[in-house]
Amino acid sequence: MEKFSSLQSSAVPLPIEEIDTDQIIPARFLKATTREGFGENLFRDWRYDAQNKAKPDFILNNDSYKGKILIAGRNFGCGSSREHAAWALVDYGFKVVVSSFFADIFRGNALNNGLLPVQVSPEFLDAAFKAIEQSPESSFTVDLENQNITIDATGQSEQFDIDPYKKMCLSNGYDDIDFLLSVKDKIVAYENR
Amino acid sequence: MRRYLFDKQSTNMGKTLFDKIWDQHVVTKAAATSDVLYIDRHFIHEVTSPQAFDGLRKRGLPVFRTEQTIATADHNVPTKGQHLPIKEELSRFQVDTLSRNCEEFGVKLYGLGHPFQGIVHVIGPELGITQPGMTIVCGDSHTSTHGAFGCIAFGIGTSQVEQVLATQCVLQKKPKRMRITINGELQKGVLSKDIILYIISKLTASGGTGHFVEYAGSAIRSLSMEARMTICNMSIEMGARGGMIAPDETTFDYVKGKEFAPKGAAFDQAVEQWKKLYSDEDAQFDTEYTFKAEDIEPMLTYGTNPGMGIGISETIPRPSDAVSSNSFSKSLEYMGFEAGERLTGKSIDYVFIGSCTNSRIEDLRIVADYIKGKKKAAHINVMVVPGSKQVESQAKKEGLDKIFEAAGFEFREPGCSACLGMNEDKVPKGAYCISTSNRNFEGRQGPGARTILASPLMAAATAIEGKIVDFRQSFN
Repeated sequence: MEKFSSLQSSAVPLPIEEIDTDQIIPARFLKATTREGFGENLFRDWRYDAQNKAKPDFILNNDSYKGKILIAGRNFGCGSSREHAAWALVDYGFKVVVSSFFADIFRGNALNNGLLPVQVSPEFLDAAFKAIEQSPESSFTVDLENQNITIDATGQSEQFDIDPYKKMCLSNGYDDIDFLLSVKDKIVAYENR
Repeated sequence: MRRYLFDKQSTNMGKTLFDKIWDQHVVTKAAATSDVLYIDRHFIHEVTSPQAFDGLRKRGLPVFRTEQTIATADHNVPTKGQHLPIKEELSRFQVDTLSRNCEEFGVKLYGLGHPFQGIVHVIGPELGITQPGMTIVCGDSHTSTHGAFGCIAFGIGTSQVEQVLATQCVLQKKPKRMRITINGELQKGVLSKDIILYIISKLTASGGTGHFVEYAGSAIRSLSMEARMTICNMSIEMGARGGMIAPDETTFDYVKGKEFAPKGAAFDQAVEQWKKLYSDEDAQFDTEYTFKAEDIEPMLTYGTNPGMGIGISETIPRPSDAVSSNSFSKSLEYMGFEAGERLTGKSIDYVFIGSCTNSRIEDLRIVADYIKGKKKAAHINVMVVPGSKQVESQAKKEGLDKIFEAAGFEFREPGCSACLGMNEDKVPKGAYCISTSNRNFEGRQGPGARTILASPLMAAATAIEGKIVDFRQSFN
């Protein structure tokens, strides 16, 4: 997994609530047997019409909005446990997702792929959307060490929570499996107790 | 609806069912907040496992406990002509990849053509692989189904599938505990699907997030195992990691005699242990809700998440606050519905009876019983997809297939089918489908498809009438 320390970037706003993983990556694109290439079909049915033509009113098809941060409405990533949703966001180029609420399984999948879920207050989320509305180039700074996110133009800043163990993994690029393999003798001892 | 929040100052308290099982499965800790949780049973399927096996190959690791790992092909299989090679190339490749991986790593596979093949959350319980007190995971969010047996069962991502294959453990933060109690007697025509759709409509699609739910109360106790599975299955639709029901005689009777259940004296010993699986009287939950069974009507969803549900006699609500009104309007626009209107009388194009939520023998019996001697409406397409080969053959033994055929329903072969718009079974753009499945997300049953979630009874009534009706009137 890639290390994450801090990031300054503009952001893509998606002010829709309850964005489920079927929207992030529809099931018919889950037939691949590798982790790569899912970015192409990220938000497929919002991004393209039935003839595979880009829908001009969808935010990812608007050149004014770019960046490594996705800002979305509450309960982002609900629904299916498909890790393909996290792979698609990472493959597309996102490093951070900001929302006022994340679904549990998505949050875990994101953290296991070096994608940082930043949960902010509804007020901060509104302020972030407003900043982008005023200027699509608005940049944000996400600092994992200090666990805060800042709207650079206004200096408005907020702390966010992250599990200390997952923070350590993300900062160092460690995978959970490395840890689990390191306690294998304890697992065997558990089985034999 | 009543809600209590307890502070967790007091120690020396009794334990919840959830805590009893969780604590027993903690191997060690990774950090103050992360437990290494031992997994008793790991189910895998073709969609979320290939990258995990690749990971093992890259690290040169074997599957650590092959005898605790069970595979089947369900998401990506056709439900017609399963004896033939899968037509769609990518689907065939994915299903073949599962077979190759299982052979290479020594994992038992109930693949296409095997008499035990079926939807992963249908076959685990019916084979007796799922037993009370176990920890169970699968790369599928509806793993919560197995909680009906008094298990801690939850869905995981593919990275975690790899971890469980390699170490039989996952790293997990312990969720909070929630109890939802339903007391009283259900109205006629109200099924367990209505109970869970009602709960989700009250708690919303995120109301259970961060929690593991225990369902309790007299209305839950009175349910069959199939009905309990339907409830636990949809726990994830309110954001909960899982749901569980304390095992009782109904549970023990169901497990007894199943293929992989303990037999003879071993079974009796197991039951003695299973009888200890309940929440102590003084156990405290982080969050509690109670509902009255009498308040629950046959339910329908009107929007694009399972929390957007109403009783059959109710009208579609208006958005309650300005913040969420955009998403709410977008949802209604997608469905072609308006706030304030009723769903009764709406013409329906498709009926799908199946999925890990409602494809068990009891569900098929309920449908067959209602439609016997009737015919489907001319314009409607009706598909009944059994959850497993065993359900399929039991249905045939009971002659249910003949009843379906006589009514003009198509009786298919087992698989996830039209629940998720991945395999060949899809609902066309703009068409309305009454579905016994679990998700009404945009495009879930195919791009542009409009899904209305309901019980098997509502699905059967809709198939006959061609439109949504309050079928309870026909009971009088």
